[in-house]
Amino acid sequence: MESIRVENLGKRYRLGQLQQGDTMLREALVNLARRPLGRRGPEPETIWALRAIDFTVDEGEVVGIIGRNGAGKSTLLKVLSRITHPTEGTMKVRGRLASLLEVGTGFHEELTGRENIYLNGSIMGMKRREIDRKIDQIVAFAGVETFIDTPIKRYSSGMRLRLGFAVAAHLDPDVLLVDEVLAVGDAEFQKKCLRTMGELRSGGRTVLFVSHNMAAVENLCPRVIWIDEGRVVRDGPAAEVIREYMATFATSRRGGADLDAVESRTGTGEGRLTGVEFLDAEGLPSNYQRSGDPLTVRVHFRVKEELRDLHVGLEIHNELGVLLSANNTWMTGPDLPRVPPGEHRLDCAIDTLHLMPGRYLLSLWLRSPGGRNYDTLEHCVVLDVETADVYGSGRGIDPRYGLIFLPARWSRADGDGDGDTGSEAGSGDRT
Amino acid sequence: MGPTAGERLRELWQYRELLYFMVWRDIKVRYKQTLLGVAWALIQPVFTTVVFFLFFGKMAKMPSDGIPYPVFSYLGLAAWTYFAGAVSYASNSMVANARLLTKVYFPRILIPAAGVLSTLPDFAISSLLGLVVLKIYGIPIGWGFLLWPVLALPLVLLALGASLFLATLNVRFRDVKYAIPFLIQLWLFLTPIIYPTSIVPERFRHLTFINPLTGLINAFRAVVLPDIAVAWPALLTGLALTLLLLIGGVTMFHRFERSFADII
Repeated sequence: MESIRVENLGKRYRLGQLQQGDTMLREALVNLARRPLGRRGPEPETIWALRAIDFTVDEGEVVGIIGRNGAGKSTLLKVLSRITHPTEGTMKVRGRLASLLEVGTGFHEELTGRENIYLNGSIMGMKRREIDRKIDQIVAFAGVETFIDTPIKRYSSGMRLRLGFAVAAHLDPDVLLVDEVLAVGDAEFQKKCLRTMGELRSGGRTVLFVSHNMAAVENLCPRVIWIDEGRVVRDGPAAEVIREYMATFATSRRGGADLDAVESRTGTGEGRLTGVEFLDAEGLPSNYQRSGDPLTVRVHFRVKEELRDLHVGLEIHNELGVLLSANNTWMTGPDLPRVPPGEHRLDCAIDTLHLMPGRYLLSLWLRSPGGRNYDTLEHCVVLDVETADVYGSGRGIDPRYGLIFLPARWSRADGDGDGDTGSEAGSGDRT
Repeated sequence: MGPTAGERLRELWQYRELLYFMVWRDIKVRYKQTLLGVAWALIQPVFTTVVFFLFFGKMAKMPSDGIPYPVFSYLGLAAWTYFAGAVSYASNSMVANARLLTKVYFPRILIPAAGVLSTLPDFAISSLLGLVVLKIYGIPIGWGFLLWPVLALPLVLLALGASLFLATLNVRFRDVKYAIPFLIQLWLFLTPIIYPTSIVPERFRHLTFINPLTGLINAFRAVVLPDIAVAWPALLTGLALTLLLLIGGVTMFHRFERSFADII
């Protein structure tokens, strides 16, 4: 049975509408006085955050919604949960709907944990008797028994999060809309969220799940809808859609990329990533990477004014967005106590690329020690890795054998071997 | 084409528990946060009465229909303090709850409604002090006092109606919040609290009926003071205008309700 039906849905915003609250009544009255005949000024510019969206979701389906920042994913959830009204089109949701756009909506600092459970629960659509019945479970789930009658202003952010999620996990809706809740919290919390989401799936509930965590989406959602610029780009089996989506990040040529012109970046801009190069063992530009090879990633960046204690980081994701490895100058050194204005280059030398053949995406960032984000480029460069005979056995490796390979070596342990069954692997200097 | 009135009422009924929790939250938080707690509900009308008594009663020799001036002004002030507090609180409630509005759906009207309801306990407390004031001045306390809760109903609805207008404007225009205190102050002087309606010249007196509070405040006094009769024309006009203002407020609120989450 159909659970959600969306037809030709569109949402238009006036440009700068978010600042509309800054409009002064005084100005509006003056304008009215100037144009008493109701003639208005030029029509304000508008932008369609969503346009011509059509889809249906069956009861019990779990659908992931992916897309870049500003693609319209959150607007879609807001329209579906009736927070904002669509400009055109219709939508129908069957059954009780709960939208989890944040954890702990409506929490009040001065109220105790218990009081906030009642408040948040009723805001999320629970009945009082229902909360009475579930409160012990909720408290236990959140693991805040000792502090349940303490005002939450004394809670740590982790406790607050757990409390909010505990309420959400007990909502028991027919349709659940989840927006990026998993982006907050520590690893433990995220695991718990994923587990609960998994249970919801097995419980036969309809779930729409917006996330940037492609691994979680692929894990939880058999079907994925990819939205870009307010329109549905693809709607289909998760693995396929995610792969296509991730491929769009791959705009750069091999051997490196010019990053100065990349627009989808975040950060304050005090430092700016301008380019990246891949170098081989000799320090020469390399446009051909193989599993087991050494690789130097040269990061180019520009600094406007002197930066103190700069940290530079590199992350390697696979095509599905799973983070395989990350490292940064804070972990490894060198310290960069003073970075004068101008162009800079930094090399990250990887002795052995323990990656399976395939396509990878690099993310780069510049940050301050306090975590201030100067510049972050997610999935900005493609790194294609070709297969290689890393074990020296004449046989290549391929992604069937996992995400990475380990420098492993088998040998006989019963003592009668001559050792020629094993070989040094992943030493990286087999050229 | 929005939902019909019937659908809206049914929805409100479904969300009645949320209204309860919102009122409960507001009351709880207010009494937790103020150091003086309950006493605050008394300080405001009592101190204002003292000031009015000194300046208007004693120095300006304001007539008060033969009632001791402090009794006259306190009875008016108890209701007025509630009204002014409720309107200024509820008018800002939408902006104050902006985060909630952008994160979850519920009938938006619950927010200003909770605003005018959650200030009622203060009114109850200051009303009870009214009995003490009557006692001090040797005025016999009759059953008429029981009519105060009845009169409180139109007072709450009037506060809601006014708040709905102001809250809607407040979401759309940033400068409205500066105008609200001024508006409330002006309203105080247009309402017979400091002065009795009887000092307004006869031929202009019906103009004071335009203010729905005129009839209501006079009725609050009349039901507890033995020598004063309820001025029915003023009260009935006031009730009718209250209803009109409420309908107008609800209509305007609902018209702009859809865009609240987009512009707040």
